[in-house]
Amino acid sequence: MMTANFCMNEKGMRFSLRSRVASGAGPTLGNHGEARQAKIKFALFLCGVLFLLFASPLRAQTKNSCLDCHSKLEGAMRVTSESIQSDVHAQKGITCTSCHGGDASSDDKSKSMSPAAGYLGQFDRKQIPELCAKCHSDAAYMRGFNPSLRTDQLSEYHASVHGQMLAKGDDKVAVCIDCHGVHDILPPDDPRSTVYPVNVAPTCGKCHANAEYMKAYNIPTDQLALYNASVHHTELVEKGDLSAPTCTTCHGSHGAAPPGVKSVANVCSTCHVIQGQMYAAGPHKIAFERMGLGSCVTCHTNHQIVHPTDAFIGTGAGAVCLNCHIEGDTGYGPANQMNKELTGLAAAIARSNDILTRAEEAGVEVGDAQLELTEARDDLTKARVEIHTVTLSQIEPDIQAGMQVTQKTWKAGQAALAEGAYRRKGLLFSSAAVLLVLIGLWLKIRDLETIDDSPNTKEEGQ
Amino acid sequence: MRARENIQNWLDERFGWDELMAFVRHKTVPTHRFSYFYFLGGMTLFLFGIQVATGILLLLYYRPTPDGAFESVQYIMAKVPFGWLIRSIHSWGANVMILTAIAHMFSVFFLKSYRMPRELTWLSGMILLFLVLGFGFSGYLLPWNMLSLFATKVGTDMAAQVPVIGHWILVFLRGGDDVTGATLTRFFGIHVAILPGLATLFIGLHLLLVQRFGMSLPPNVEADWKAHPDKVRELRFFPNFLLRELMAWYIALAVLGCLAAFKPWELGTKADLFASAPAGIRPEWYFMFMFQTLRFLPAKIGPLPGDVIGVMGFGAAAAVWTLLPFFDNDKSGRGKRWIAGLGIFALAYFVGMTAYAYLAR
Amino acid sequence: MIVCSHQLSGESWACLRVCGKRGQMLDPDKKKRREERRRFVETFLGMGVAASVASFLYPVLRYIIPPKQVELGASLVLAAHIGDLKPNSGKIFRFGSRPAILILTSDGKYHALSAVCTHLGCTVQYLPDQHEVWCPCHNGKYTVDGANISGPPPRPLQEFDVILKGNDIYAQRPQNS
Repeated sequence: MMTANFCMNEKGMRFSLRSRVASGAGPTLGNHGEARQAKIKFALFLCGVLFLLFASPLRAQTKNSCLDCHSKLEGAMRVTSESIQSDVHAQKGITCTSCHGGDASSDDKSKSMSPAAGYLGQFDRKQIPELCAKCHSDAAYMRGFNPSLRTDQLSEYHASVHGQMLAKGDDKVAVCIDCHGVHDILPPDDPRSTVYPVNVAPTCGKCHANAEYMKAYNIPTDQLALYNASVHHTELVEKGDLSAPTCTTCHGSHGAAPPGVKSVANVCSTCHVIQGQMYAAGPHKIAFERMGLGSCVTCHTNHQIVHPTDAFIGTGAGAVCLNCHIEGDTGYGPANQMNKELTGLAAAIARSNDILTRAEEAGVEVGDAQLELTEARDDLTKARVEIHTVTLSQIEPDIQAGMQVTQKTWKAGQAALAEGAYRRKGLLFSSAAVLLVLIGLWLKIRDLETIDDSPNTKEEGQ
Repeated sequence: MRARENIQNWLDERFGWDELMAFVRHKTVPTHRFSYFYFLGGMTLFLFGIQVATGILLLLYYRPTPDGAFESVQYIMAKVPFGWLIRSIHSWGANVMILTAIAHMFSVFFLKSYRMPRELTWLSGMILLFLVLGFGFSGYLLPWNMLSLFATKVGTDMAAQVPVIGHWILVFLRGGDDVTGATLTRFFGIHVAILPGLATLFIGLHLLLVQRFGMSLPPNVEADWKAHPDKVRELRFFPNFLLRELMAWYIALAVLGCLAAFKPWELGTKADLFASAPAGIRPEWYFMFMFQTLRFLPAKIGPLPGDVIGVMGFGAAAAVWTLLPFFDNDKSGRGKRWIAGLGIFALAYFVGMTAYAYLAR
Repeated sequence: MIVCSHQLSGESWACLRVCGKRGQMLDPDKKKRREERRRFVETFLGMGVAASVASFLYPVLRYIIPPKQVELGASLVLAAHIGDLKPNSGKIFRFGSRPAILILTSDGKYHALSAVCTHLGCTVQYLPDQHEVWCPCHNGKYTVDGANISGPPPRPLQEFDVILKGNDIYAQRPQNS
């Protein structure tokens, strides 16, 4: 049995351990089995250290009195440790008090939520951008976390329609938390994030597709629906091509605003470079600017951008040229002609493809010609880009090149079919030879087995 | 004529040519209502010869690796002169040969040619039939296109259903757990070396036995001729029957040529080991009846999976069929009735299941 | 009736025991006509067999002779010959069933790449001014080694090994792929 004694001896007050059993009955002065005591003390010290080590994280990490209470609340006030688990701020150690202030170590509401402790409470929506910018616009601070993150979001926001309207006092517009979330913010490259490219359109649509919410603003609310029917949506969402545009690609994210009429062409041609160059080189650019028409979107629309067909151009059904041009004006004829050229080449390619497929089905290998036909398809693609100059002489060289290729492949297809026919002819010759042999064999059999034993009778023997 | 006589003398001095020829000249073939069926065996042999010849020619260009197999077949079809002909004849010839082999087997069955003393002929013939099916199965993989890859997967999966040793059979056939390039190499070796060696052996045995016992007579014809000896009609094998057989062989050649020219065998798309199975994977027609049967069977029959029961069933049926002569020991010469009934059922099952499998697709 | 093994075409057969028929000598005219017919049939048959055998052997012989364009396999392709390309230019050639591009840069090096853009499959081309490989569809850009450096392409272009042998330039799929 161990007793802890406070010993007073010539060495002064000492805390020592004594083993009654070991050192006999009763306290004795002098040596209390020093070696053993030292060992036991060290053991206790170790225990204490370990206890503190293990206890302290529990104490430091879990001691978030904000979460302790707010995880028990319901509705908008509810925040649990699970919900902030993947939050990018929480993961970096930036928790409740970093924004809201206060003292997270105390369970006493009066202490933890006291202004003396810096508690700021719930924020008015108009305060949010500045609040976030407190850190996010501080380049030196942000460098400590991610040096390549931009720090100009606030100034961009001020330039945006949202920012300008917020400054005028409208707090229905989007602030940081409407798009990014508040206590469960994920970085934009996380597929679960509300601002991951695939999720951007639905996030914008939370307000912009809500007709009730947007009633006062007199702008359309069909953008999301139109975009979802577009080829960009298909590329982004169904094919997973993250380079495909979404709302923020054209409108900007923090500085969101519709591109002005003059800037539409610039916006589209960040990806569709050649089409933009072609358009700028043609007569439409100046004409559209004069008319105050937004370049690309005049023909292609802005949100429901679908895959254009050759029917877009020309004077037939579905042709966008007819939106402005009428019969007899300068554009009508060229439009018609351009359509003819495009559809002519497309038809020639289809014909070549058809004959090559037929030859292939007849058993003749036509891989070389089929490969060559892809050149013609490339020429057609080039022509379809060049029509943005709306100038006939621009597309004609490629159309001609394509037609030459289709002529070559058509001839190759015919040669292949001829090869198939030659094979059949060869087969016919072989079959004729076989027929001869069959007849010969039959005659031979008959000859062998004919028994002439009288001038008049003939017995066919078996 | 002098030259011919001289050669014959030369051969006779060394090999007893004249004696051999005398034996050959003595061989006769009975002629009766069912005589046309006698052509089937020789036709199968002829088609086998065609397969060997075209197969050897294909070997000049074919490469048995996953990187080269498909491309080499494409090369044969596209660039080698008459490569399309050789390849299509080989592919079509295989199917026609299997058809004639099965027809030969059924005709032998219904004409009861397996009775004493021809039991071993039947046995060797059944072994040949299995070898021929093995030729078809192993050869089908060699073009290395999607259809053949997945047909092989399905087929070897079926083999794995054999109880106890099934998995070992699967690994042996595939050269591993999955169908890979190793399977291609293995199937190639099986197709051009192992099976031809075995086939040569058994064809030799089969032909020897046929020569030894002569042509068999169907029971009713046998009885009739015994009763009325003047009704006996026979044809000399050489040259009479042989000339007729030559006619049949020439017709077969012409048919193969037409098939090659008008319905060339397709190339398909190159096998992709990582792609998922395209819809409508099925084995070749001669395995369809088994495939369809397994599709009909429920997932579980009692404690065992349906597939295992199916495979075991087919194994048992094959065993019974192969050992048929030992069941049909009816001395009267007419054979047991129920065996004929069994045969009709088997034929109807084979034809019916195959037809159903295609029509119900 | 057993066909008499003594029968000789065109001549009388006289095996009473075997054939059970009393044979008669054919009269000389008939015999001659018979002989002529036999010879005609045999010639006809011979010619037919020769023609058929020729029609079978001809394809086989043509088949055995190897074609000029030797099959190198799916992994090795003859792209071009020395001198086909001017320095700082590119040329499309066929690799298997897809287009590929051979580039001769100004430093005299040959580069061979798959010409199928990794974005949406358009055929790329070489821009001599920028010394870059470029896709006209959505302005994707690659280096001459195939690395995707700008625009939407998500992956680099597949690179082929270039092997020079005599006057020939070969492109080969890298062996470790």
